[in-house]
Amino acid sequence: MKRIAVIREAASTARDIGALVVGNIGFPSRELHAVDDRPDNFYMLGSMGLASSIGLGIALAQPERRVIALDGDGSVLMNMGSLATIANQQPENYLLVIIDNGSYGSTGDQPTATSQKTDLARVAKGAGVQNVHMIDTLTDVHRLMEQVSSGVIVIKVEPGNADVPVIHLCPADIMERFMAQCARPFP
Amino acid sequence: MDPATSVFNGLKKSGIDLITTVPCANLKEVILMLEDDPDIKHVPVTREEEGVGICAGAWMGGGKTAMLMQNSGLGNSINALASLNQLYGIPLLMIMNHLGVEGEPICAQVPMGELTTRLLDALVIPYLIPDDHDAEQTIHRAWNLATAENKPVAVLLDIPFWEGA
Repeated sequence: MKRIAVIREAASTARDIGALVVGNIGFPSRELHAVDDRPDNFYMLGSMGLASSIGLGIALAQPERRVIALDGDGSVLMNMGSLATIANQQPENYLLVIIDNGSYGSTGDQPTATSQKTDLARVAKGAGVQNVHMIDTLTDVHRLMEQVSSGVIVIKVEPGNADVPVIHLCPADIMERFMAQCARPFP
Repeated sequence: MDPATSVFNGLKKSGIDLITTVPCANLKEVILMLEDDPDIKHVPVTREEEGVGICAGAWMGGGKTAMLMQNSGLGNSINALASLNQLYGIPLLMIMNHLGVEGEPICAQVPMGELTTRLLDALVIPYLIPDDHDAEQTIHRAWNLATAENKPVAVLLDIPFWEGA
């Protein structure tokens, strides 16, 4: 299973439950954009490492909305302190999904630490996150995203990017349409 | 008015409702005031760059956001300030304790202290410095500038500022 399969399932479930979604830098955002472009998606084009932090900020400002960050192993390794902050803030509406392909996929598939010794689910638990789920099927992605609104999900996938185009939206447009979704009254 | 209260009042006057902090001895009193304020969400962070990301997300979600930090944390934040805030046009109020300049007793603070305004200039981030020991108006002006121009704006609080009162 490759990352895009998880992103497709997560995007479909996020649409069903009306969640705001943060896409990680590089191919993850491109894949999200390719499978289900919605104004409720925030495509992070720069700031490597900060997808989980941006998602946390949105969740704290929008406590009535479900917020899901689709992050990666390389990104979380760059900002591991974020797991401690998420654990201590404990927002009930924030789910961090770490799609772990053991690889820096957007820069030439160099191996990350999770391809060797490092276990991000255990790191998340050690950081104090109460609900940490290790899963390995798309059925689990759908079920957990429906049933669980907070915590961390780690899903192992194979390395490899889908052949998807770059995102042609300009940064200001991505942000403005996303903010309009945030400002919209939610049922 | 004591310097810490003037900083807090500046944040309140600006309507700040979410603030990320990395502690600093001079900001100790302000952080305690934030903790006690029911209308401000205080998010202690592990590293300043993380705070930039949280503030950016919160602002997109409708929040009014600020960071409390030491100037050394500017070095930890530069990529995010450029490739997140500047790229998308996201405002941020950065209340920065400016160590390593006039009156600094610790030599390790000097290199970043002397580079701080040059780094802000290079990033095209405006910075405001209170004229006296009252930061309230300066902070409010900085927030208005950040939201008018959709960019980060810093307020530098140096050692003489904290020695006032």
